Amino acid sequence: MDDVHFSVNLVADVVQMWSQPFMVNAFRAGTIVAVLSALIGWFVVLRRQTFVGHTLSAVGFPGAAGATWLGFGALSGYFAFCLAAAVVIALLGGRGSGRHSDESALVGTIQGFLLACGFLFVALYKGFLNGTNALLFGSFLGITSRQVVVLAVLAVVVLALLAAGGRPLLFASTDAESARVAGVPTRALDLGFLLVLGATVAAVSSITGALLVFALLVLPAATAHRLTARPARSLALSVLFGLVAVWTALTATYYSPYPLGFWLTSIAFAGFVVAAGGRALRERRRRGFRRFAW
Amino acid sequence: MTTLVTMFSHAYLWEAFLAGTFVALAAGLVGYLLVLRAQVFTADALSHVSFTGAFAALALGLDLRVGLFAMTIMVGLGMAAAGRRAKPDDVVIGGAFAWILGLGVLLLTIYTTRRSAGNGAASVTVLFGSVFGLSRSRALTAAAIALGICLIIAVIARPLIFASLDETVAAVRGVPVRLLGFGFLALTGVAAAEATQVVGSLLILGLVAAPAGAAARLVANPYRALPASGALAVLSVWAGLTIAYLVPVLPPSFAILAVATVLLLAAMATGRLRHRTRRGPRAAGTGPEHGRADRPAAAQPG
Repeated sequence: MDDVHFSVNLVADVVQMWSQPFMVNAFRAGTIVAVLSALIGWFVVLRRQTFVGHTLSAVGFPGAAGATWLGFGALSGYFAFCLAAAVVIALLGGRGSGRHSDESALVGTIQGFLLACGFLFVALYKGFLNGTNALLFGSFLGITSRQVVVLAVLAVVVLALLAAGGRPLLFASTDAESARVAGVPTRALDLGFLLVLGATVAAVSSITGALLVFALLVLPAATAHRLTARPARSLALSVLFGLVAVWTALTATYYSPYPLGFWLTSIAFAGFVVAAGGRALRERRRRGFRRFAW
Repeated sequence: MTTLVTMFSHAYLWEAFLAGTFVALAAGLVGYLLVLRAQVFTADALSHVSFTGAFAALALGLDLRVGLFAMTIMVGLGMAAAGRRAKPDDVVIGGAFAWILGLGVLLLTIYTTRRSAGNGAASVTVLFGSVFGLSRSRALTAAAIALGICLIIAVIARPLIFASLDETVAAVRGVPVRLLGFGFLALTGVAAAEATQVVGSLLILGLVAAPAGAAARLVANPYRALPASGALAVLSVWAGLTIAYLVPVLPPSFAILAVATVLLLAAMATGRLRHRTRRGPRAAGTGPEHGRADRPAAAQPG
């Protein structure tokens, strides 16, 4: 990998990159994860549940570290812990939501404790310290063909669920009261969405690592939300941004000495800043114009 | 028992206890005020940036603590400034901190490749702390700075709690609410940088939130809950360090966090139990509203 150089000929670059089997697997897994996270992330932003996504991703780290220590793959650990945490959050949710600061202390403590558990598993599994960075900050190395198949199956299941429940979910997410009155089972949808979110976070973690899930889960979707309010167009844009972020980041990582986590977060965040800044500028200009007209 | 006696014949344990005690006291005090002011997730944000700050300093060839303190204080002040005027939404905050963490990963790579100090252990040390690896001078500095934090809090605690409970009234009475808010978040930054050296940047949130949450549940009066929170934090560190010494498999930061979490859960359980026994006989006659109505009276500052 030391003698690869980026050239002006993009086709040759891609051909060279894809001559490595691990890069092909990384692109396959990255593409699946980008589509999945862009779609689910779009609903996460709409429902203002970004913080739940953050908590779920912190839970993934002890799962992955524990699974590695016990000899299962990291991916199974991500899935087990993220899904379990989603169930717990769903069960706890709705009760005592009024006392905000008390609850934040509890959530913060649990998050800290779970990260500490992850550290314990890392310490128990000796000689694994270098792998810790991959679990926390992502890696594109060592994605096996079997993991790609697992991710693909998961994506198909989640997309089927989304196709079936997307419309009522959109209704319930934008206006929960009216949806309930109209007979939409909002409680069941909340539960189902949390489970789907848990599975998605687990899948995203396998690429971005536990700490940088936010970059891929939320930022492309938030960028799309800033650009247009129409659901279909916004969803399509979200997928597009997710794919561009993952593909560019993988290519940049392959051709540079710098890590995937850096590229992915930087590209996704840059896109978001441009979109948010452009929107703010447009709004200011419109407001300025109106003030002028008055 | 003999192991407990011989425990302090090790110099590294003295240093760990010295730094750990004062840092925990500072974290417990700051943590309670954060809970009171509903700013717990400031600590979460600071834990993300402290990693980047530490590796920025290391990549530049400086002492890790320089970057740590500079970054946490800067971000603390920045959050104080931003929190007042505009309330930036979750996406902006989360996105910015994910990006800062990404920068930290970049700096980590630069550090490990350029400085050839090269292994993944450097990042693990910053992320999860290594209190048993503190040198004497480092432990003394950490303890001194933490003691400074505690003294400042002792001075500003009264007006700060007043301002946190009722900002408008405090402002009318002439408490410099805005200045206190800034000063407090700067102090939080210093405390976060201190805690990073003991439990690591990822676990700051636990050390800050758990004793504070427990104290808030056990003691209603904020003027008494504040020292209680500090005491619980010190207890967690002492118990955690002892457990980690007796069971060498357990990393000290895990043991500290485990004790702190158990304390919080125990406090929640006793709080619920006490609530139930207090409410039990009364519930039949007066109903739950009455039982709840007498609680704010207990929370009045004495």
